[in-house]
Amino acid sequence: MLQALTESPVFEYVLVPAIKISLLLFAGVLPLITYLVLAERKILGFIQVRLGPNRVGPWGLLQPIADVMKLMVKEDILPERAIKWAFILAPCLVVGPAFVIFAVIPFGPPAAEAGSSFNWFVTDINVGVLFVVAMATIGVYGLLLGGWASNSKFSLLGGLRSAAQMISYEVPQGFAIVGPLILAESMSMVDIVEAQRTAGYWFIFPQFLAFFIYAVAGVAESNRNPFDLPEAESELVAGFHTEYSGMRFALFFLGEYANMIVISAVAVTLFLGGWLRPFPNVEALAFLDFGFLNSPGLVGLLWFSLKIFVFLFVYIWFRGTFPRYRFDQLMDLGWKWLIPLSLFNVFMTGLVKILR
Amino acid sequence: MDYVAAATNNLAYVGAVEKLVGLVVPPRASFIRTILAELQRISSHLLWLATHAIDIGAMTPFFYCFRERELILDLFEEYCGARLTLNCMRPGGLPFDLPVGWEDRCREFVSMFPEKIAEYEGLLTENRIWKKRTVGIGVLSPEQALDYGVTGPMLRASGIGLDLRKATPYEAYPEVEFEVPVYHNGDTYDRYLVRMKEMYEAARIVVQCLDKLPEGPIMAKRPRVLKAQKDSETYHAIEGPKGEIGFYITGDGTPNPDRCHVRPPSFMNLQVLPELCKGHLIADLVAILGTTDIVLGEVDR
Repeated sequence: MLQALTESPVFEYVLVPAIKISLLLFAGVLPLITYLVLAERKILGFIQVRLGPNRVGPWGLLQPIADVMKLMVKEDILPERAIKWAFILAPCLVVGPAFVIFAVIPFGPPAAEAGSSFNWFVTDINVGVLFVVAMATIGVYGLLLGGWASNSKFSLLGGLRSAAQMISYEVPQGFAIVGPLILAESMSMVDIVEAQRTAGYWFIFPQFLAFFIYAVAGVAESNRNPFDLPEAESELVAGFHTEYSGMRFALFFLGEYANMIVISAVAVTLFLGGWLRPFPNVEALAFLDFGFLNSPGLVGLLWFSLKIFVFLFVYIWFRGTFPRYRFDQLMDLGWKWLIPLSLFNVFMTGLVKILR
Repeated sequence: MDYVAAATNNLAYVGAVEKLVGLVVPPRASFIRTILAELQRISSHLLWLATHAIDIGAMTPFFYCFRERELILDLFEEYCGARLTLNCMRPGGLPFDLPVGWEDRCREFVSMFPEKIAEYEGLLTENRIWKKRTVGIGVLSPEQALDYGVTGPMLRASGIGLDLRKATPYEAYPEVEFEVPVYHNGDTYDRYLVRMKEMYEAARIVVQCLDKLPEGPIMAKRPRVLKAQKDSETYHAIEGPKGEIGFYITGDGTPNPDRCHVRPPSFMNLQVLPELCKGHLIADLVAILGTTDIVLGEVDR
């Protein structure tokens, strides 16, 4: 019976990936998100000459657990005039796609290269980048639906703003991704990293403009400062999640932070060489591979995490530094600057590729 | 009344009473009053900057401003026991002399304070986003400003350099040197600049007052009960942090005033808001309202 199960396609194609994804989510991503929130509060505290959370556990290390407990036991308010099915569906639409994307992100090298019995990622599909972009877009539905279903003017305006903002910034973001794709000649996330090893440099060097556009659009995509207009409290109270409370609010929150991590992870994969160490072909830097650990997979994961953390730190740094754009200025920036620039970048990259 | 600038409220009222009754304040009291008023100006401007910046989405200046404001409140507390709603002046002088060591602590504060303003300016003044949000927003022409009776930093940002500390000098202001910052565009950004420059000047004034602080009594010779003459009247106005704050008092020969009317700057400055908002977006409203710098205690009386 057990043998029949392990040999069935259901096992191979459904159960194993499901277990892998759950492991990744519950052992990796969810703790990372909760501690990212703590890190954000601590770093902001540091920037703003205050302490940040420091009551629960040493240095506030247990604060995320307390926060999660609090959100779980809080009353889950369903407004009377809300459109119920949409109100309940919206947070799931934000969180679900953001989590699914983690399935195609290469945290470490594949099995052959790592010398281990398993790949250091869940799966590698040949249109990985397309999958990421497609999934990220679904999140917009969640925000829009949540804002609309709440039946409150602040939520609706916040939802509309997020939708407009995310759709406008997806265009330059998509074009920015095209640059590294042309260089790598593949849409598989793993192949793109391997192409950077073959090339001997990270794609940020030939594609700096694309990287810059991707980073700016990424900040806007995840609704973070200085593009946090959907949640501009001086104008819109709390934007699309004004009416949400308890765990449903927490889902939106999770979605925002999961998106931050996804955007950082994609940026690291496409532009910063994924799990590779800096200058992967320079022998003099071979000590950066930490050969004594005897586990290329783990070292790859380390490098990947390090790069992601730098990215996330910059996100938080932005929040401590910048005021907020006005909505029309935000649209200006997206349509009049980023989209033409990213188109120009695609054109130039293609031209160089052909002429070579 | 203006609960974030109590010392200047005190100063305006006791000044009006002194004018009505005819008391002459001893020089030491004048200097200390000037110091307190200028510290109050700084603390009021700090509160304004903190809230204005957070309205436009910049979180960090809020904490920086409150850090320094706290030190000023400590100085007030040490002087008169209260931190926010001070009652630190009396007609004819002051209730207390400066505590031992207060001068040094005050000097310490004003000598390090300009660096801190530079810190706020580093975050905001040349920040592209900040400029995008404030330059050209809510323009107040000099004519409109005069028509609506706007005073204080708002008026000076519109190109009219009226400052009561220079125009009708009171207390120790004739004895100190300071500039009145004037800008000409009348927009939100210029109002911001005027207030930032005023903080530098206020710190300069405090330093000079501390240097020149004379010895002597802190209270004029006065009867225990002050009585104004029958049918006497006076109007005394000073330059508060938000603009001209004035008291109109009439006496009827008893110890109580017959009538006492306040001219609050916030109330007058707020009138111009509909003009400033014309043609702007809702998102600009917070920026515009931020630099009118109102306190609702003065508006809603």
